[in-house]
Amino acid sequence: MLTALLVMTGIALLLGAGLGFASIKFKVEGDPLVDKIDAILPQTQCGQCGFPGCRPYANAIAGGEAEINQCPPGGEEGIRKLADLLGREFKPLSEEHGVEKPKSVAVIDEATCIGCTLCIQACPVDAIVGAAKQMHTIIAADCTGCELCLAPCPVDCITMEPIVETVDTWKWRYPVFQIKQAA
Amino acid sequence: MLRKLFKFHGGVKPPTNKAHSTTAPIASVPLPDRLVIPLHQSVGGHPRPLVQPGDQVFKGQRIGGADGNLSSAVHASTSGIVRDVLPAVMPHTSGLTTLSVVIEPDGEDRWGELDRINVRAATPDELRDYLRDAGVVGLGGAVFPSHLKLKPGKEGKLDTLVINGAECEPFITCDDMLMRERATDMLKGISAMRHMLQARDVLIGIEDNKPEALAAVRAAIAAAGEPGIEALAIPTRYPAGGAKQLIRVLTGIEVPHGRRSTDFGVQCFNVGTAYSIHDALEHGRPLISRVVTVAGNVDAPRNYDVLIGTPMDHVVRLAGARPDTDRYIMGGPMMGVRMPAFDVPVVKATNCILVGSPVLFPPPPPEMPCIRCGECAKACPADLAPFEMYWFSRARNFGKTQEYHLFDCIECGCCSFVCPSHIPLVDYFRFSKSEIWAREREKEAADTARERFEFKNLRQEREKQEKAEKLAAKAAATREKVAGDTATAPPGAAAAVTKPGGDDAKRALIEAAMEKARLQKAQVAPKNLDVTSPDVQAEMAAIDARRHAAREASSDPHPPAGQA
Repeated sequence: MLTALLVMTGIALLLGAGLGFASIKFKVEGDPLVDKIDAILPQTQCGQCGFPGCRPYANAIAGGEAEINQCPPGGEEGIRKLADLLGREFKPLSEEHGVEKPKSVAVIDEATCIGCTLCIQACPVDAIVGAAKQMHTIIAADCTGCELCLAPCPVDCITMEPIVETVDTWKWRYPVFQIKQAA
Repeated sequence: MLRKLFKFHGGVKPPTNKAHSTTAPIASVPLPDRLVIPLHQSVGGHPRPLVQPGDQVFKGQRIGGADGNLSSAVHASTSGIVRDVLPAVMPHTSGLTTLSVVIEPDGEDRWGELDRINVRAATPDELRDYLRDAGVVGLGGAVFPSHLKLKPGKEGKLDTLVINGAECEPFITCDDMLMRERATDMLKGISAMRHMLQARDVLIGIEDNKPEALAAVRAAIAAAGEPGIEALAIPTRYPAGGAKQLIRVLTGIEVPHGRRSTDFGVQCFNVGTAYSIHDALEHGRPLISRVVTVAGNVDAPRNYDVLIGTPMDHVVRLAGARPDTDRYIMGGPMMGVRMPAFDVPVVKATNCILVGSPVLFPPPPPEMPCIRCGECAKACPADLAPFEMYWFSRARNFGKTQEYHLFDCIECGCCSFVCPSHIPLVDYFRFSKSEIWAREREKEAADTARERFEFKNLRQEREKQEKAEKLAAKAAATREKVAGDTATAPPGAAAAVTKPGGDDAKRALIEAAMEKARLQKAQVAPKNLDVTSPDVQAEMAAIDARRHAAREASSDPHPPAGQA
């Protein structure tokens, strides 16, 4: 009886020590799920989901505080990918958070710009260059199309221009062919 | 010496249809009314326009400068006036526009001043830069800038330089005619390339359905007397003219997935490219024209030496297009792409204008379900499994298509050709490839945005911290100063700040700041008083007195008793 107790206690202590060691030695910094969610999000940093950026939204999804259908730039495809990753049911994009729009970039009407720097402060990805009382302009390649610069502009000189297709970005269409000969 | 030839997997034997266009020599084309020269004609960066509307340009003058090293210059094909620099429809299936230079020829076809290069004295790097600025690109169809390929691999030399004269695609005969008529010059280009690449051997592969071309090239080799160059007849089988397939046939080397042929000491060039390299190095003439086959639904199929930028219908008219023509295809029937319009310009990639009609190229039979017969895998010269890739492309499962090495597909069309269910497999693969590219672009953009967003947050945090530190340091400095002042001040004043760190210390700080402000205010004296006359000064004194009185009155509208 005593031997059995001792053996069991010994095993318990051994396993406990092993687990304790493993939890320290193999500790994972941060939440890997958040990284995976963040990789699916479009990184527009627009805040339409109600969180200040894509990473906080990813945190909220991982923590169960937010739904997966709050990201308009990610669109339906993004929601599907999130549903796949998290094993949740697909939901259509929530209307209160906005609608899916074609990808666009902000364009500053340089003749109207008064150089107030408000848009520079609003831009989440530092894609606007300019200085106080100097003309501002947008680095189109870095603009995510988040529209956060539109509201602060006191002279409404920023517009969103949809990105036009060029020969370099043109995509072959999905082949659609007649399956059956029309009678 | 009899050389052993090798075989590549798969391939098909479509009817060649080459006989008609080889009966007559290469003809020249009269100048059109207008040349539209797209600036982006090669793989790589978009060249920058160097001319403006209204400029006079000469033949061979550079009108588009190479943008970076992975790019190639573009030149005016004839002398004339630049009418416009605007986006024009380019010869691409999409029908989209690209920045183009519109030239109205003056009819004189005058060459401008050509910058020549001494081939013997120049270093390989100088030669490569020269070829980039001469706009020499691969004329086999891929239009990859040639100067980038003219770099020997890591070892600094090459075993074999493979020259591609196979021309396996049906209908196209431009390389055939070029070899028949310009073999000597082509060979000079080959020896220049051999010199640049330090290649030991040169193998020229020509399909055995072109005996005249083979004979002409062999005669030229014999006349030149340069050792180590050999022209070989290879069996006619599509796509023997694919770079990897030709290398396999001539050298037996199979270039594996993700590697380059230069890793194995082999490099491959088209015969047309060799000719234009000779033209550039020997005569200083940039690439402004190329041989184009006009075939298909025309009365007299033939090869033409066409200036880059000539509208396609201008060339086709010479060959006599039949009235039921409904489309132009750039390239051959296997790999060619349909043009969005008849008047799109001939570019460096245009090896053939295939004129189509509903009779010559009837609409494809309806697509039937895949029965997994495996014919496509048997025909695939890249050793792929097209039916698997088709399945996943159809389901938009792009990760899986890449697992089946979609990007090794050369889009030769063998699988579609043999498919008993008439499935346009290549269309599915093109669709998948462009979707994957688009996703990669998006992913890259998202990664950049994430990085920039995180950096901005970091920067804001840092700025906040720096500001707080600066304020704290300033406050500490002032406090120290005040403490120093009070130590030397009379005991009455020191009594007020006996408890440092308490309210008194704060009050002392405030008092010090106020004192400083008062001093600053007192020091500010108007600068223009020394030149005023006594009259004006008296007037100013009067005004000051009035203002003072008014301020007294307004600051104390209801003076309490005893204060006035």
